[in-house]
Amino acid sequence: MRITVRINGEEHQADCWEGESLLFALREKLGFPGSKNACEQGECGSCSVLLDGSLVCACLVLAAQADGHDVTTVEGLVENGELHPVQQAFVDAGAVQCGFCTPGLVVATADLLRRSPHPSDDEIREALSGNLCRCTGYAKIFDAVRAAARA
Amino acid sequence: MTQAVRTLQIGRVGELVPRLDAPPKVKGEFAYASDLVVPGMLWGHTVRSPHPHARILSIDIAEAVSMPGVHAVLTHDDIPGQKTYGLEFADQPVLAIDRVLYHGEPVALVAAEHPEQARRAAERIHVSYEELEPVADMERALESRDLHPDKPTRGHGYLDDDRPNVVRHMVIRHGDPDVQGDVSVSGYYEVGIQDQAFLGPESGLAVPDGEGGVDIYVATQWLHVDRSQVAPCLNLPLEQVRIHLGGVGGAFGGREDLSMQVHGALLALHTNRPVKIVYNREESFTGHVHRHPARMWCEHHATRDGKLVNVRFKILLDGGAYASSSTAVTSNAASFSLGPYESPNALIDSTSVYTNNPPCGAMRGFGAVQTCFAGEAQMDKLAAELGIDPIELRLLNALKPGDVLPTGQAITGSMPVAECIRAAAALEPPAAEPLPRDVIRLPGGAGNTTNGDGVRRGVGFAVGFKNIAYSEGFDDYCAARVRLSPDGWAEVHCAAAEVGQGVTGVILQVARTELGLDDVRLAPGQTATVESAGSASASRMTWMAAGAVRDACRAALDEQAQRPGEEVDVERIYRHPRTTPLDPETGQITGERSHVAFATCAMKVVAEVDVDLGLTRVVWIGAAQDVGKAVNPQQVEGQIEGGTAQGLGLALMEEIQTRDGLITNASFTDYLIPTALDMPPVESVLIEDPEPDAPYGVKGVGEPPTVVSTAAVVAALRAATGRDLRRVPVRPDDICL
Repeated sequence: MRITVRINGEEHQADCWEGESLLFALREKLGFPGSKNACEQGECGSCSVLLDGSLVCACLVLAAQADGHDVTTVEGLVENGELHPVQQAFVDAGAVQCGFCTPGLVVATADLLRRSPHPSDDEIREALSGNLCRCTGYAKIFDAVRAAARA
Repeated sequence: MTQAVRTLQIGRVGELVPRLDAPPKVKGEFAYASDLVVPGMLWGHTVRSPHPHARILSIDIAEAVSMPGVHAVLTHDDIPGQKTYGLEFADQPVLAIDRVLYHGEPVALVAAEHPEQARRAAERIHVSYEELEPVADMERALESRDLHPDKPTRGHGYLDDDRPNVVRHMVIRHGDPDVQGDVSVSGYYEVGIQDQAFLGPESGLAVPDGEGGVDIYVATQWLHVDRSQVAPCLNLPLEQVRIHLGGVGGAFGGREDLSMQVHGALLALHTNRPVKIVYNREESFTGHVHRHPARMWCEHHATRDGKLVNVRFKILLDGGAYASSSTAVTSNAASFSLGPYESPNALIDSTSVYTNNPPCGAMRGFGAVQTCFAGEAQMDKLAAELGIDPIELRLLNALKPGDVLPTGQAITGSMPVAECIRAAAALEPPAAEPLPRDVIRLPGGAGNTTNGDGVRRGVGFAVGFKNIAYSEGFDDYCAARVRLSPDGWAEVHCAAAEVGQGVTGVILQVARTELGLDDVRLAPGQTATVESAGSASASRMTWMAAGAVRDACRAALDEQAQRPGEEVDVERIYRHPRTTPLDPETGQITGERSHVAFATCAMKVVAEVDVDLGLTRVVWIGAAQDVGKAVNPQQVEGQIEGGTAQGLGLALMEEIQTRDGLITNASFTDYLIPTALDMPPVESVLIEDPEPDAPYGVKGVGEPPTVVSTAAVVAALRAATGRDLRRVPVRPDDICL
């Protein structure tokens, strides 16, 4: 089937098999490999995207379900070539090691700060608890979120 | 050539430098191996054994071959070269031949247009198995049928041991192992199987070059050793196999052994199309080696005033179905079993065995994690028995330069154990938070299971150490090549694998420091343009790459001085001080040293336990680590925080569950790793005591925090509950009072 999805503000089309996830379609059919494929069962958050403004795991959404909807991926956070404040904070704080979890965490953090511009430490930890990171132990990720909230 | 004086814009060694790979990673632009795409690409899929031990009676591929979109179905018959491979011993079939020895062992391969077509075709490959009784227990393995009667590890200078299924048995005899102390404590300890659980699954792309050779873009830890394993299986000369580093989503030892390299290349050469293989999470759990589960029996003897006089340590490690790096893990577990303490006498007996359990090999800490958990529990027991403060006891026995290890090796380099202990002990944890409080800050957290009534607080302390770089006579080297232009730029080639640890930053910092230039680029890592860098393992890559890049830069400057105005291009190989093997009978050194250098981490942990419910919350961790010289302090802290998290995971939640050799929890739903809610703040102190033999005095920093944090977290749980806690991960039942 052919789907039409508005990704990061632009309309894209792809021919998908009915069983394909939005994550697969984004990565393999639509040219947005920024969302990552670490567990593909909604446990790790590496594929976090915004679907009509709501934070979802793209691996748990069928590509067909996104037909006619708006999707924002990590690639869409860059504006006019400038890093989003959350992205810049991750760079500055040393919150990136292997970086495989980073796109999902950046999207989840941007979503958190939109909902709650000045989150408490507990709010940060709870909001990001669906995003697994194996490298950093999260400390510098929390630093980055706090810095982005100040920015 | 510009004459302008150039100021450095990006840091030298010792400065806080943002990672160059961070901007592309935060934008989603960094190309991981699983992101690679080329026109005409097929998808590969691996058919794996559902049994831990079985004879293969037949493999019928006829139906699979005729499925839509399928371009190839391969079995061991299609391997043109050597049919087995291995990191150290070629005991593992590329594709199973007539038997399978573990759940998940590769049996056949499929390449198809769409990954789902490949998966469906894989289901139509009919493998007929005759199931055999699995050897599932590491102790019983020593009396069971030999899984490898050909003894692949025999004849490599190890102690001969004729018992079935021995991978390696080693004994270290130090002084008089029969000496009794005024006081002694004994204990038995167990460690479960831990998984590296890197987030980026195994993946790679194999591209045929049209002339019989192949380019493999893969997430790996050591490009050149991959090549030396892949080429014989393909029956190709080394030059026709070019390995390129694909973006790596974490490694932690799990990418030392091959994953898709030979499989992808076989499919690519067979179909003459590029083939990409990406494991899913379940396949990743079965597709790489794990941390060895261990059983340990210990006896510590000390004088009345707390000096260790004898330690007896028996270690049994389950290596699983194939050798991987078990021989080195066996030795490392033994080498560091005493912890960073001196004892004039010791008897250490360490054995790894083959079983039909998941194969085990390298994981961050490499044998030292297991024995640190047991040894530090013993030190606390000894302190209690003696009525001495546990930190005082550790200080009293702390190794220092000039002391002698149980192998007879004298410590000649940096060994600031006491400094680490004092610095960690001096860190002040936050005061206990009164009740009531938000449930998120109680054991069980958002599960909202407790009001805090049964919560007890405990403070634990532990110290761990391990070797830096390869040991026991391994020819450990790293190459770097520098092109230096008269126009004021340089290009560095080094095949050191950037696995997330930040070695590319180290390389650039060293090159900028040596050349005095800011315009330094790092060429992509590959086998074709530079010699081997060795593995991004054993906390060695910073030291080794810094040495090689420093030497190549200095040689380039020398050569440029001889030929001003010309571009120079030099390659240099760096070796650390030579090590020699241990005597197979006594476990004593046969030269000056079996290990090159050591790094220590001391850790204090505050934990709360709800003793009604068996739930835990680690509140705070303080660490003091011996880092030699921090090349980039921010990255060093990141290694300490991340390494600590992995040890915390082993202490509290991480274990691959098996039932008669079958893995039952191969997913992130069932195999839990620490989340943002599980990790406490980690306060770290960097102890800079330069390593005399290392470039800039550096040491590796990745492993020591993982070695110690499991022991330190469990010590805090013991303090909170009064329980022995002899096994990790600690289960709720263990801490319910």
